[in-house]
Amino acid sequence: MRPDRASAPNWKGAAPLFAALGDGTRLALLARLSAGGPHSIARLTVGSAVTRQAITKHLRVLSAAGLVRHTRRGRERIWQLEPARLEIARTFLAEISHLWDTRVTRLRDLVENS
Amino acid sequence: MPTDRIEKKILLRATRSRVWRALTDSAEFGSWFGVRFEGPFKPGTPVKGIMVPTAVDAEVANSQKPFEGKPFEFVIDRIEPERRFSFKWHPFGVEEGIDYSAEPMTLIEFVLEDRGAETMLTITESGFDQIPLSRRARAFEANEGGWTGVLRLIAKHLSHAS
Repeated sequence: MRPDRASAPNWKGAAPLFAALGDGTRLALLARLSAGGPHSIARLTVGSAVTRQAITKHLRVLSAAGLVRHTRRGRERIWQLEPARLEIARTFLAEISHLWDTRVTRLRDLVENS
Repeated sequence: MPTDRIEKKILLRATRSRVWRALTDSAEFGSWFGVRFEGPFKPGTPVKGIMVPTAVDAEVANSQKPFEGKPFEFVIDRIEPERRFSFKWHPFGVEEGIDYSAEPMTLIEFVLEDRGAETMLTITESGFDQIPLSRRARAFEANEGGWTGVLRLIAKHLSHAS
């Protein structure tokens, strides 16, 4: 895969972002939104030891850092990751591509050295 | 950047028949891919295997640990001697308690060409756009490399928010 120079991170303003990420509950929330797509607070609370109020607070911190956003559905708020869906697809492909690179290295070891 | 397929071109210092054996002998394939298969590859036939860590590279073996012992299946597609070998599978289809049988598979193709005494190997994996997005996203969590995925999302995010 060609390196994408346009995607070089701009670390300016990263501190609030990392502060937002510096919490296990918030990382778990991001992982859930990343895996399962948009969730209501009710769904995010299911199976969690954390209260609904605490989750709401954490989501607001993530939202302030620009990591998540919400839309309204009736009286409910639906939370989702800010990165576009396309980026999930692309990141997935980058992971698969990386896996093939490591496999190819092992294949090369096998056919060139034995 | 397309999201449906990846392609790798690799020039190998080995004869075409040597590379062919490493790809189509299921035991040899398993040794570099990190799989133990129950039997040989036959066109149009499914073959079951389990994930095993590779002995070659400690770092890679470590990243494969979460997959260790997980069963999965290749469906062998075509075997055209010393030219083309292809199979289908469910990428990352190793999560427990999930029935993948109804989901589309990706197609992996290996094409071999002579380059003098060396061999040009082209590997493509295609069909990702048919895989449910939720499954693709979950792949980030399915292995240790998953956090790299999350970090890349964050880096992307930073590149947009200046």
